[in-house]
Amino acid sequence: MSFPLLYRQDGTGVQVDRKNPSETPGDRHRATLPSTSTQIRRRPILDPMARILILFAHPALEKSRVHRRLIARIPQLPGLTFQDLYEAYPTFDIDVEREQALLESHDVIVLQHPFFWYSTPAILKQWQDLVLEHGWAYGSKGTALRGKRLFNLLTAGGREPGYHRDGHNGHTVRELLAPIEQTVRLCNMQYLPPYVIFGTHWMAEPDIDAVADRYQALLMALHSDRVNYDQVAGLQTLNPVVDAVIEEGAR
Amino acid sequence: MGGGVLYQAFIYLAAAVVMVPIAKKLGLGSVLGYLLAGVAIGPFGLHLLGSEGQDVMHFAEFGVVMMLFIVGLELRPALLWRLRAPILGLGGLQVLLTTVVLAGAAAAFGLPSKMAVAIGLTLSMSSTAIVLQTLNEKQLLKSDGGQSAFAVLLFQDIAVIPILAVFPLLATAGHAAGDSHAAATLLDGLPSWAQPLAVLAAVVLVVGGSRFLVRPIFRAIAQTRLREIFVAAALLLIIGIALLMGQVGLSPALGTFLAGVVLADSEYRHELESDIDPFKGLLLGLFFLAVGATIDFGLIVSRPLLIAGLVAGIVIAKFAVLWGLGRAFGLSRDQGSLLAFSLPQVGEFAFVLFSYGIPLGVFTAAVASPLVAAVALSMAITPLLIVLNERVVQPRLCAREPKDERKADTIDEHAAVLIAGFGSFGSTVGRLLRANGVATTVLDLDADRVELLRRLGLKVYYGDASRYDLLLAAGAEKARLLVIALDSAEKTLQLVHTVKTHFPQITIMARAFDWEDAHDLTEAGVGHVYSQSLDTSLRVGVDALHYLGFRAYHSHRSARQFLRHDLESLRELTADRKVSQARYLTAARKRIEDLERLLEADRADRGADADMGWDAETLREDVRGMTR
Repeated sequence: MSFPLLYRQDGTGVQVDRKNPSETPGDRHRATLPSTSTQIRRRPILDPMARILILFAHPALEKSRVHRRLIARIPQLPGLTFQDLYEAYPTFDIDVEREQALLESHDVIVLQHPFFWYSTPAILKQWQDLVLEHGWAYGSKGTALRGKRLFNLLTAGGREPGYHRDGHNGHTVRELLAPIEQTVRLCNMQYLPPYVIFGTHWMAEPDIDAVADRYQALLMALHSDRVNYDQVAGLQTLNPVVDAVIEEGAR
Repeated sequence: MGGGVLYQAFIYLAAAVVMVPIAKKLGLGSVLGYLLAGVAIGPFGLHLLGSEGQDVMHFAEFGVVMMLFIVGLELRPALLWRLRAPILGLGGLQVLLTTVVLAGAAAAFGLPSKMAVAIGLTLSMSSTAIVLQTLNEKQLLKSDGGQSAFAVLLFQDIAVIPILAVFPLLATAGHAAGDSHAAATLLDGLPSWAQPLAVLAAVVLVVGGSRFLVRPIFRAIAQTRLREIFVAAALLLIIGIALLMGQVGLSPALGTFLAGVVLADSEYRHELESDIDPFKGLLLGLFFLAVGATIDFGLIVSRPLLIAGLVAGIVIAKFAVLWGLGRAFGLSRDQGSLLAFSLPQVGEFAFVLFSYGIPLGVFTAAVASPLVAAVALSMAITPLLIVLNERVVQPRLCAREPKDERKADTIDEHAAVLIAGFGSFGSTVGRLLRANGVATTVLDLDADRVELLRRLGLKVYYGDASRYDLLLAAGAEKARLLVIALDSAEKTLQLVHTVKTHFPQITIMARAFDWEDAHDLTEAGVGHVYSQSLDTSLRVGVDALHYLGFRAYHSHRSARQFLRHDLESLRELTADRKVSQARYLTAARKRIEDLERLLEADRADRGADADMGWDAETLREDVRGMTR
């Protein structure tokens, strides 16, 4: 009997631990990440902390090499919420009210996903279609998301040089994400360039560890508001800003 | 006829075995089958039996006693208490009004007034045996109309006792009242003040004994684990009670009924019921056979108009009283009609009362014998009347009522969707359709449910959905879709055949109970077959996978993939079945073989991964190879 691989917080792909069947990936998440309900809380006015919502979409996490390791490194921080869309809505019946409440109670929205056919996995499109309602997210009375920041955090199998006008993908990642950029703008939010983990096809285990370190550092920086958003508007990716923040932290 | 007991038993059983299945197949019910069988073997049929029919009938009346015991077992004391208003009110008024009407008619024909009253009282009785058996068989006993009929019958059972008591006072001829007293009881030896006390003591003995003595005794017997002794004890209980009741002049049926009610709460209820049931069935069958055999066709042939007139007059008068009472007691039109069509016959108690009254001088033989023939005929037509009600009257009533109540929101006469069977399966389908504004027409056989649904404004037709006329009435000619959610595979197939023959334009979606059914339905040309527990079991499978640690989305996808694979397997199996059928496998053997094939197919399929699109492995190898 062979079971599909499961993801684990420690990043090692393992088979079902039948000695302790009551432990589910959900439990493992709960062990490292407080549940959403305890996460959402009011931000004190003078506190520089930014509340971060990670909307995670991977239809086959059990087959993922990188994302499994990334989410294992999500730090336990007040105001940081991890929402696993495929796990929460395996039938695509998205709870619109709950998703809107999550958006309302956070400042920075991170769409974390693999880059599938130059776009997001299907459930993120479903999420946009249902959650970003007229009169709530956009339109003359749609002001619920005003002033929030949103960006894609994605993994691409191809390496960075391929994502240029003269590269074999013909566009930068940011250009390919134009529909999301415009959606965000229509919803009165500030769009940030995508944070892209390039070249996952070529990554060996130590490379993935390095990527996961930077991922964790990025989340900490966002949380403590150490990102200079004024500098990012014109960039193709958020990557150099993250490099800078990490260097600053190292100093 | 000679030959002894075995010969008689052979004749009776053969007649029953031949006629009852035929009658049942024709939808006439078993009671009519027994009656016809009795006619066939009686002195006016094949003449296989002589005049012993009368004796057999007295013996077989014990079936009624057993039946009331079983009825009592199903009737908890609380339920009986709730029925007190219909028993006293409906039952009392039925006996009173019918007696007044029929006695008036008898007096108008010039009979002496005392005899007229006696005739009225006698003819007011209905047949517990025929009515309860028929209603039970058609599952109508639990409906409002059925409960009312039961209440009336119960009151009549009680009323027989005072009627027997007043008969001596009604003797007109006045000859030798005391000498020919039919039943000598213990009471005769007691002074008059002690007689009611003895009766009371007997009732207390039955109720108290059932409550405090029978349970420990049955427990002790049950511990011996000798089933036949348990059966013997159950029979002993009933016969004992019947004898005791006879001794104090009460109806044995009433006594066993009381014992049954008291034991309804006991842990041995189901065992008693299943032990007594075959005896009851056979004895009742014998009783109906005897009734059929004793119909005096000689008299009917010589004075056909008189007998026909008597039957018609009695039945119509009783029907009218019942109909009026049903309406007065707030029964809906269809339930009232069930009551009136169930009870207009004269019952077996009339035979008892006539044979008891003639020697007393209450009746003269010249008056009694045409009446006895009329009584037997009225009993014989009862199953026919109930069928008439079910097939002709009910559909009309049912078709009319919803139309009266809700004209406004029906755009066209009939809904495009029919649902046959509105149990938990059918009702879920119906509710989903209704929630989406799709009008449906429901066909259902549960009278109470029909009543409720109709009150809620649904278009509901009462009756057996596989009947052509009912389908036609429900608008099958214009329907687009039929959802079959009946409780039996046999009925489902029957309905499929009716629809395929008469309404080929309807698309059928049918529930199957197992592989066997699914196969039969597919072969019958049903394109949409739903194994009833497939989706539920897959949902359990999904939850189990998720609980064990699989991702929710993976679990769901693999269930859906499994569903497709399963349906594919069904198709293959259906094709294979034609081959294996030639080998005459037993059904059980076939099921095992089916399961084996399924498990093999599952294993073969497991290697294939449906989600290749999300697997970067091959792509990864490909791009790395290119750059190397």
